[in-house]
Amino acid sequence: MCPPPPRSTCRAWSAWTGGAAAVLAEAWGDALRGGAAVSFQNASGEVGSILALYTERAARDCLRPPPKRESTLTQIGRETVVKLVVVKRILAFIGHMLQATGSALRNPRTLNWEGIWRLMERHGTDGAPIALLIAFLIGLITAFQASVQLAQFGADSLVADLVSLSLTRELAPLMTAIVIAGRSGASIAAEMGTMQVSEEVDALRTMGFDPYRYLVFPRLLVLMIITPLMTLLADGVGILGGLGIAVAQLDVSPLSYLLSVRNALDLWDVFGGAIKGVVFGAIVALTACERGLGTTGGAEGVGRATTSAVVAMMFYLVLADTLFAVLFNLYGV
Amino acid sequence: MAAISVQDLAIGFGGSAIQEHLTFQVGTGEVFLILGGSGCGKSTLLRHLIGLQAPMAGSIEIAGIGDPLDSIAGKPAFGVMFQSGALFGSMTLAQNVGLPLRRWTNLELSTIETIVRWKLRLVGLDGFENHLPSEISGGMKKRAGIARAMALETNLLFLDEPSAGLDPVSAVELDELILTLSAGLGMTIVIVTHELESIFKIGSRCIMLDKEARGIIAEGDPRVLRDDPPNFKVRTFFRRLPAGGI
Repeated sequence: MCPPPPRSTCRAWSAWTGGAAAVLAEAWGDALRGGAAVSFQNASGEVGSILALYTERAARDCLRPPPKRESTLTQIGRETVVKLVVVKRILAFIGHMLQATGSALRNPRTLNWEGIWRLMERHGTDGAPIALLIAFLIGLITAFQASVQLAQFGADSLVADLVSLSLTRELAPLMTAIVIAGRSGASIAAEMGTMQVSEEVDALRTMGFDPYRYLVFPRLLVLMIITPLMTLLADGVGILGGLGIAVAQLDVSPLSYLLSVRNALDLWDVFGGAIKGVVFGAIVALTACERGLGTTGGAEGVGRATTSAVVAMMFYLVLADTLFAVLFNLYGV
Repeated sequence: MAAISVQDLAIGFGGSAIQEHLTFQVGTGEVFLILGGSGCGKSTLLRHLIGLQAPMAGSIEIAGIGDPLDSIAGKPAFGVMFQSGALFGSMTLAQNVGLPLRRWTNLELSTIETIVRWKLRLVGLDGFENHLPSEISGGMKKRAGIARAMALETNLLFLDEPSAGLDPVSAVELDELILTLSAGLGMTIVIVTHELESIFKIGSRCIMLDKEARGIIAEGDPRVLRDDPPNFKVRTFFRRLPAGGI
């Protein structure tokens, strides 16, 4: 920035703003740091008082040593430490959770069952309509797309097989988990984050409550129960969605569609989806709670933690589904 | 006998100390204040005293329980009121105050309800048992926080900025409540604050922390420190003088 002229007369100025004074004070400070002797003269009234307010601070800043620029190596080091702290936090979370789970399983009577039933209602019953509606639509879309494609090969009788297998093995567990992550996972992360920033988690600890046992374990338990149950319901509702298309578009009788479904599915297809549901429920609960309890920085931090939780949940769910696909394929199921 | 004994304590975050060599004692029955400007580490010191954070060096000894870090998972030997009250939003005031009683006692539900009603009455909140925290004012939340902190009949209370953000009338009422509890129940009360009016009204002794000095720069009766400040920083704090700003 160019320094102002060494001598500035302010007599002609009758009024100005703090913004103008800030720009002038900045230039004046730069000039002082550069060794120039600059002064303002004849500033009076409003101009004088605003100028004095800003230049006093600029002069004070000149006495301080300029902040050192961080070297690239320092920046890399700092970022590495930040990442390591996150890893340490996640490991600590896992350790605390294992401890809390062990303690809860040893003394199940001491769990807050009343709270667990409330959570079941909030995350299960209240969330079921939207999850099941989506499952119905997925079944309908799958049947519709399958009927169009399979008809080209005269294989439209396989619509029931395709719908039932794709739903029970893949679509119902994953879509249900994604809906639960978006609805319950986000709500849990925001709730935990708010409790963290408003010191409620600290208050719990000072009252002798283990937050992992009191807050995290019930949510883990609830999502591990409701996700597979909701997946099983989604299987049925999705197959019904396919039935609608099969009856309306392919002239297949409902009975023959259902018989085809029964012949296509074996128990493991349904059971495997339910197992996925248990794991997906755990992923949603643990990720939401971990991000929520790691919240810092007020309302903005809660928003950040919730967004981060939802993104992480989606990634972990798809990753886990991929691992399941590999494992099921490996063991021929 | 000292209710709390702090010896050569260093506190901070991520390996860097913000306060070092803190040594002081809190006497039984005292209203002890932790003072200092914003960001000097008052609330961090409080977190150490209540066992939420481990010291970087030194020791804290609370009479009857020892190191607060060891006692954090057990039955609380002290009550804590956090700056915002930290009440649980989904619970009524009665459920909030009754929570530690349900966790740590085998009392009948009706007995717990009676105790809770009386605790709320003590802090001037009778009739608000069934209100949610969102339905009451900031001052009332702090009062409810104090009631919850007293639920387990402990003789030691920690209060984090009790009168911060309150209107003058609510702040004075809270000060009166603290004095009443201290005198009536003989409680030892440790308060983090920088509200001058409260400091002179309720504090029997204080320490003052300083960010630059990274330690205690004054200790004693706040009124004496105000009248005879031992250094410039104490003088500027107690007499509300600018320390270089406007």
